Amino acid sequence: MSSTTEAARPSIHLSPSVTARLARRHRAERRFRRYGIVAIGLAIFFLAMLFISICSRGYTAFVQTFVQLEIVLDAEVLDLGAERDARTLGAANYQGAVKQSLRSLFPDVKKRRDRRKLNGMISTGAAYQVREMVLANPALVGTTVEVWVPADDDIDMLMKGHIDRDLPEDERRVDDDQLAWVDHLLQLGRIEKRFNTTFFTAGDSREPELAGIWGAVVGSFFALVVTLALSFPIGVAAALYLEEFAPKNRWTDLIEVNISNLAAVPSIVFGLLGLAVFLNFFGLPRSAPLVGGLILTLMTLPTIIIASRAALKSVPPSIREAALGMGASKMQMIFHHVLPLALPGMLTGTIIGMAQALGESAPLLMIGMVAFIVDIPGGPLEPATAMPVQIYLWADSPERAFVERTSAAIMVLLAFLIAMNSFAIWLRKRFERRW
Amino acid sequence: MSADAGPGAVPAAERAAMESFVPSPATVKPAGAPPRSQDIATETAGDITVDNPRMCARGVDVFYAEKQAIVDVSLDIGQNEVLAMIGPSGCGKSTFLRCLNRMNDIIDVCRVTGRIELDGEDIYDRNVDVVQLRARVGMVFQKPNPFPKSIYDNVAYGPRIHGLASGRAELDDIVQSSLERAGLWSEVKDRLGESGTSLSGGQQQRLCIARAIAVSPEVILMDEPCSALDPIATARIEELIDELRRNYTIAIVTHSMQQAARVSQRTAYFHLGKLIEVGETNQIFTNPRHNLTEDYITGRFG
Amino acid sequence: MSSLTLIIILLAFTAFAFHLGKRRSLGVATRAGGVRKLHSLPSYYGTLTALWCGVPALIVLGLWLSFETTIITWLVVAELPPELRGLPEEELGLLLNDIKNLVSGNVVASEVDATMERAAEHYRKLQGISSAALAVVAISLATAGVGNGWRMIRPGLRARNHVERAVMAFLIISSLVAIFTTIGIVLSVLFEAIRFFGHVPFTAFMFGLEWSPQTAIREDQVGSSGAFGAVPLFAGTLLISAIAMTIAAPIGLFAAVYLAEYADARVRAVAKPLLEILAGIPTVVYGFFAALTVAPVIRNAGESMGLSVSSESALAAGFVMGLMLIPFISSLSDDVINAVPQSLREGSYGLGATKSETIRQVILPAALPGIVGGLLLAISRAIGETMIVVMAAGLTARLTANPLDAVSTVTVQIVTLLVGDQEFDSPKTLAAFALGLMLFVVTLFLNVIALHVVRKYREQYD
Ligand SMILES: Nc1ncnc2c1ncn2[C@@H]1O[C@H](COP(=O)(O)OP(=O)(O)O)[C@@H](O)[C@H]1O
Ligand SMILES: [Mg+2]
Repeated sequence: MSSTTEAARPSIHLSPSVTARLARRHRAERRFRRYGIVAIGLAIFFLAMLFISICSRGYTAFVQTFVQLEIVLDAEVLDLGAERDARTLGAANYQGAVKQSLRSLFPDVKKRRDRRKLNGMISTGAAYQVREMVLANPALVGTTVEVWVPADDDIDMLMKGHIDRDLPEDERRVDDDQLAWVDHLLQLGRIEKRFNTTFFTAGDSREPELAGIWGAVVGSFFALVVTLALSFPIGVAAALYLEEFAPKNRWTDLIEVNISNLAAVPSIVFGLLGLAVFLNFFGLPRSAPLVGGLILTLMTLPTIIIASRAALKSVPPSIREAALGMGASKMQMIFHHVLPLALPGMLTGTIIGMAQALGESAPLLMIGMVAFIVDIPGGPLEPATAMPVQIYLWADSPERAFVERTSAAIMVLLAFLIAMNSFAIWLRKRFERRW
Repeated sequence: MSADAGPGAVPAAERAAMESFVPSPATVKPAGAPPRSQDIATETAGDITVDNPRMCARGVDVFYAEKQAIVDVSLDIGQNEVLAMIGPSGCGKSTFLRCLNRMNDIIDVCRVTGRIELDGEDIYDRNVDVVQLRARVGMVFQKPNPFPKSIYDNVAYGPRIHGLASGRAELDDIVQSSLERAGLWSEVKDRLGESGTSLSGGQQQRLCIARAIAVSPEVILMDEPCSALDPIATARIEELIDELRRNYTIAIVTHSMQQAARVSQRTAYFHLGKLIEVGETNQIFTNPRHNLTEDYITGRFG
Repeated sequence: MSSLTLIIILLAFTAFAFHLGKRRSLGVATRAGGVRKLHSLPSYYGTLTALWCGVPALIVLGLWLSFETTIITWLVVAELPPELRGLPEEELGLLLNDIKNLVSGNVVASEVDATMERAAEHYRKLQGISSAALAVVAISLATAGVGNGWRMIRPGLRARNHVERAVMAFLIISSLVAIFTTIGIVLSVLFEAIRFFGHVPFTAFMFGLEWSPQTAIREDQVGSSGAFGAVPLFAGTLLISAIAMTIAAPIGLFAAVYLAEYADARVRAVAKPLLEILAGIPTVVYGFFAALTVAPVIRNAGESMGLSVSSESALAAGFVMGLMLIPFISSLSDDVINAVPQSLREGSYGLGATKSETIRQVILPAALPGIVGGLLLAISRAIGETMIVVMAAGLTARLTANPLDAVSTVTVQIVTLLVGDQEFDSPKTLAAFALGLMLFVVTLFLNVIALHVVRKYREQYD
């Protein structure tokens, strides 16, 4: 046997030149691997930076500086006559009562200019708050009440440390007098930070301390309800047709290309579509969540259709055959057997689509959901904004206090998104089946 | 991957062909044959060692996560021999073969214990460079897997990364001689720039062999290299293996017993992760010592 | 009657029709000799009756509501005094807006005169007539539908087949929504863009070097027609997209390679969800991050090196946009890399290649078409991205390649031109649609190529 074979040679792979090269190759390998680690590290680092920069700015917005005032609800101060009906009570001079109580807290402040500065430390919302109290309980007139009213946003910023006390006076939005008054209130225990319910219950406002996200949340809610009500049935129906019934021809090819292309069309183009078609052609109202929902429907449809088709694909043929074998019509087979099995996957895709829709803002700008809207919308046809648009609006506001509110609104929005996505993931895990 | 395919793993047509090829053990078995092992748990029947071993495996166990795929296998592969490994599918032939150049390293859940030596050196030693090891112990796979590159670049890939050629001319030489040895040169010499994937299945597999040879390995591992090929292409590869034996040590996994009989000098029979029997190919097919081996080669397995 | 009430009534009626149809079919069946005599299950007869009741009425309602405003407005205009009717289109539009505001009790911009009061009264009356007529029509249609059902139901009626055909029609119409959307997009941007090119020549728009639409507001100003040369916008868009891709392409690709080829299951289990979070962050958040955190950092860094950096530098917007694209690129590339058959990896490792050699010389070349497709999709997203640039890039269009300068983009201009008070038919408003057309055409082109390439690539390894 060995006569026909060559003798074993020393391997070329053990020669010095090849082994030296091997060392170089391993160095290159380590370098390459490091690039990968650096890339992942950078991505995670940026994500962390983003979260840190937003949370560190935003968490303070969940508390708000309040001042405790002793308000004398004297009929005279309130400019009230004998009548006590809601109309007169509503029109009474609560601002005066608030000012009066400040004056009695700081009797030394005499000059008109100083008085104005002093009054400026309390939010204009204070008067509204007292008004609501009296309207709810007219018997309060004539009594003295202790109320915590919101401080002005500048004082709030000072209390939260966003205004540096050591700056020269003219570079500070709170002057020395006001500093002294705040310190006095601190000594009296009449100023403190409390949980900021206004932020969660109010609509937009020009005054940061009175602005809240509820209006935007409700607007987003209406828009998403419209989106869900339309895009889920339409998306599932389209997926069913394309996956189960459609013949494979140029037409269905065209539809498929269309769907995947729509998923990549810039969102602002959908805004142009909404403006031209829904507003200008059909004459639907501007700023309405209904229109927003219609646009978001068109935008989320591709996501839902693609996810639903994948879910339908994953239902094994054996189930279809079994159903057909029992004499069901194709329609019955699909609606009774295939659809229920594919539903979790479809729902997962729908929730992910809804999460995308919730974060979408550019097309909503086009249809006027950027208006300054104070009232909480009562229906899908009333003017409203949406959460991301509210963030955009606040981000544009110059007041320092809006920065923290913008960040806080982002935190709320991200919380919603993470909750929705986690639910989708849970759903997928829960119903994941191995065939 | 089905764990234990029965005799069905050997196609019926092939089995019929085999019957005519390998004489039935019942008729050939000498009267005074040694008593045959009955128990699967007993040690390997036959001599696992050879005179001038290139690779030696001792007490090798392989686990995929919790599942043990190879149980205490010891086996030598001699210089310039072709060792065939046969056995029902799922018995661990590929697994064992892939241990020999540590291809199992790239499977996360795979764990190998025991000792495997190349020229007396433990290849699982911490100081061993897998890259170098795989250059010395090359591999050809079940399904032809040419890279989506030109034929030339496919063959030149190995020499390039290992720096085996100092210039273009030398590289050209390596490519040509490798393709020649793989018996492909005459067919492709005019179209070296075409994609390797444009070749026929048999040509692709020979390209993969050329690609492996181009790295100048000492041992070549082949995992069912002909299972995806037609009979004519198979015959060419078998001829090729016989020629390659002069320069290389070869271990080949096959589920075709005729192929084992045609190309190999020694044959090892695996069953459920155990090495049941090893010996001269002739002896295995004519006079197996273990009844499992006999069952398998007579097609009575199961 | 408000349309919402009408819809609720119709839905209730439809539910009632279902019951009626089912009962009727059972009644008919008993007379004919048992439920088995029916062709379909009773619920199919119910559904069929419900469809007859609800569908025509709801379709009429939808069409009616869609065109109601247009028709009423047209009628109101027809009744206006001739001198008002002769007004130029823009002023007429403003006037109508005021009339509508008057009708809905909103604040009205101009002062209200008797003509307007009369027009508003007319409008209100027409609205009343319209909604009453709609209610009558819709409810009679629904009733007729139920009656039809009652009459038609007999044992031989193939209710199931009818219902299935209706369902099929719904499925087909649903799948056509995507086509209608595309047609809608094309028509809506195309028409307005064509009107724009009636004001501004196409070549001036495509090749003009100056963009200052704001000057068009005041008629008396010099250059009141505005300058609509879009080249600075195209350049700005490209600059920011290029910066974004410079950041995102290498990081995204390397991250994908690392996750697909190097990372063990534990690292993947952490890094992938994190990247998914990065992908799920709304762009408005990225915009805020860019404007508030990244831009100041870049400006300070630049100033400390003695460079003058605009506070709305292209670099800041591009950088954050790159951040946004990282997970997009990495997840697309990850998919593509995973689609490369394992046998190619084994072939390479079996020859003694290191991992990085295998990746660079075998996997990436094999995955190249898919990766290129992914990068094209990413570029298309960068070009169409709006919120980040609206919040972090400049408003004034400047033709520069300096990433430290402020530039403006196509999307920024679309937003600024269309948000706030719009003038009907002014070139300023229409310009937004011309830009939208450009945006749509370019991204469509990129998407179609990318999707085609990726699809071909997937088919190759399936
Ligand atoms: N990557 C893997 N992960 C888990 N189990 C594996 C893997 N590869 C092979 N196995 C298992 O190991 C056993 C032996 O497989 P293999 O070596 O491929 O058998 P053969 O090549 O003899 O057909 C089989 O039971 C198979 O299921
Ligand atoms: Mg195998």
